[in-house]
Amino acid sequence: MATFTYFPDIAPGHPRATITAFERDYAARRRQARLWWAIGTAIFLTLFMWTSWLGDFFKVTQVTLPDGSRDWRWIIPAGLPRLGEYVEKMIPVLRWETLGADLAEWFWRWKTWAALLLETVLIAFMATVFGVVGGLLLSFPASRNLAPNRAILWITRRYLEIARTVPELVFALIFVFCFSVGPLAGVLAIGLHTAGALGKLYSEANENIDMRPLDGVKAAGGTWFDQIRYGVVPQVLPNVISYTLLRFEINVRASSIIGYVGAGGLGQEFRTAMSLQEYTDLSALFVIILVTVTVIDYGSERLRHRIIGLGERA
Amino acid sequence: MTITATDIARAKARMPEAFRAPLPVRLRRIALWTGFGLLFGYCLWAFNFAPARIVEGIGRLGNVLGFMFPPHVWDNWEDFAEVLNGLGETLAMAFLGTVLGAVFAFPLSFLGAKNINRLSFLRLGVRRGYDVIRAVETLILALIFIRAFGLGPLAGILAIAVSEIGTFAKLFSEAIENTSERPVDGVRAAGGSRLQSIRYAILPQVNPVLLSVILYNFESNVRSGTILGIVGAGGIGFLLSDRISAYRWDEAWSIIFLIIAMVYLVDWLSGLIRSRFIGTWNA
Repeated sequence: MATFTYFPDIAPGHPRATITAFERDYAARRRQARLWWAIGTAIFLTLFMWTSWLGDFFKVTQVTLPDGSRDWRWIIPAGLPRLGEYVEKMIPVLRWETLGADLAEWFWRWKTWAALLLETVLIAFMATVFGVVGGLLLSFPASRNLAPNRAILWITRRYLEIARTVPELVFALIFVFCFSVGPLAGVLAIGLHTAGALGKLYSEANENIDMRPLDGVKAAGGTWFDQIRYGVVPQVLPNVISYTLLRFEINVRASSIIGYVGAGGLGQEFRTAMSLQEYTDLSALFVIILVTVTVIDYGSERLRHRIIGLGERA
Repeated sequence: MTITATDIARAKARMPEAFRAPLPVRLRRIALWTGFGLLFGYCLWAFNFAPARIVEGIGRLGNVLGFMFPPHVWDNWEDFAEVLNGLGETLAMAFLGTVLGAVFAFPLSFLGAKNINRLSFLRLGVRRGYDVIRAVETLILALIFIRAFGLGPLAGILAIAVSEIGTFAKLFSEAIENTSERPVDGVRAAGGSRLQSIRYAILPQVNPVLLSVILYNFESNVRSGTILGIVGAGGIGFLLSDRISAYRWDEAWSIIFLIIAMVYLVDWLSGLIRSRFIGTWNA
């Protein structure tokens, strides 16, 4: 690599003057880039060390040795064998000769689980419906080009931000207190969060539309609602459908764990299996959720492609 | 010129489909909406959306919201330090989880990229691996790690890191697939090895994309990291769920406000970094 440390004094006007100036400039820029790189690396390393200290990375913990005595060990090597043990316990005994019976034993609570799985998917469905209705209604006053005035724009935007910043599990904790244990609390919690997340995405779609159809509706004497209905909705509908289906997938995942705080669905079984240390039940639940999520991902992607394809043709 | 009813009737007779969808389309629409309505009604019934229950719940929600004012202000340093420590732990979990996830996903992502890994069966196998990791919820991973490493932020960090490996590896390998082949040809023509072509032809192209993906996922991990504490994996979520289960709503609300403030701050900062590094490169 070339270094540019020696710059002979050359009179202006000499044919090499511009080249020397360029080289000097280049070297200065390079030094500056290196300095910034060093500063950035230093900040990053400081953050890294600080966060690893905060995150118990260097913690020393007590472990039981094979001979029964207790000793102090670094937390990560101490935990890894326990992790292995835990995963090992979750693997069910499946023999090829008695596969049917083994599977039946693994999924022994399948009737309860199937009912709860249905409940999980229905919670996601209801929450998505509520979220879409709420998000769509709020997305119009939350888009810069459609809001009736700045105050309404500001209020709806802050509302949507708060609704999507607070995790659904926190809403669920609050709603379980208000509406008692059960899927109702889960639907409301996920629905509220969904409205916040979808409202933002929809309002971004609204901001990218062509404003001319709205002028047309306005010129024909349409009110603000008419402008939205006939000027905006047809333009954003493909986007809205695509975001909605994507959100439905996310909501299925969310509703599969929301039962952990008592808000209905499969999550409550997780909690029971955890506290009763039923390891094979846990892996059975993993398999159920994994399969469900995969099937819904695949199905909604097919549906989305079809709908968007139709939208483009129309 | 005004349009009369006869004009409309004539137009309808000439082009019926402009006024009314054809019968099969209409039937399908009716069937879809009926199915939707029936499912919705069944859910309302199954989930017991009884008006009395809703009214009662909203009344109780009103009470809870009433506890928001006046919001709790921590008057002694010890209590406030606990909350600040919780917020710091959440940020630390999100940061370290994202960094570790990115570090492990980076080499893996090359295995999943079509233009690097030409062995299609290996590539597809690796990709399914990413999918499986992504399908497992972070919260469930956290529950598993808590069993191994005990309660605390380490479980949260590992949970975020593992689930981010799946996400990052997928996004990174897509970014690598979207690079131009020409710089690679250039490096090869100059006699560069395979590693050199990755270092000098592919990395400069993907770096801004990777940085942007990492920043974006860091933001979303700050959001999702706040709930990991609810199951015991450290951070502000633990304090929040503790306050809620003790019905100390005023403190709970104050913590929620602090979480929102923290998320805003992170969004703003990462927006700054993004425009500083990536915005100028794209321009």
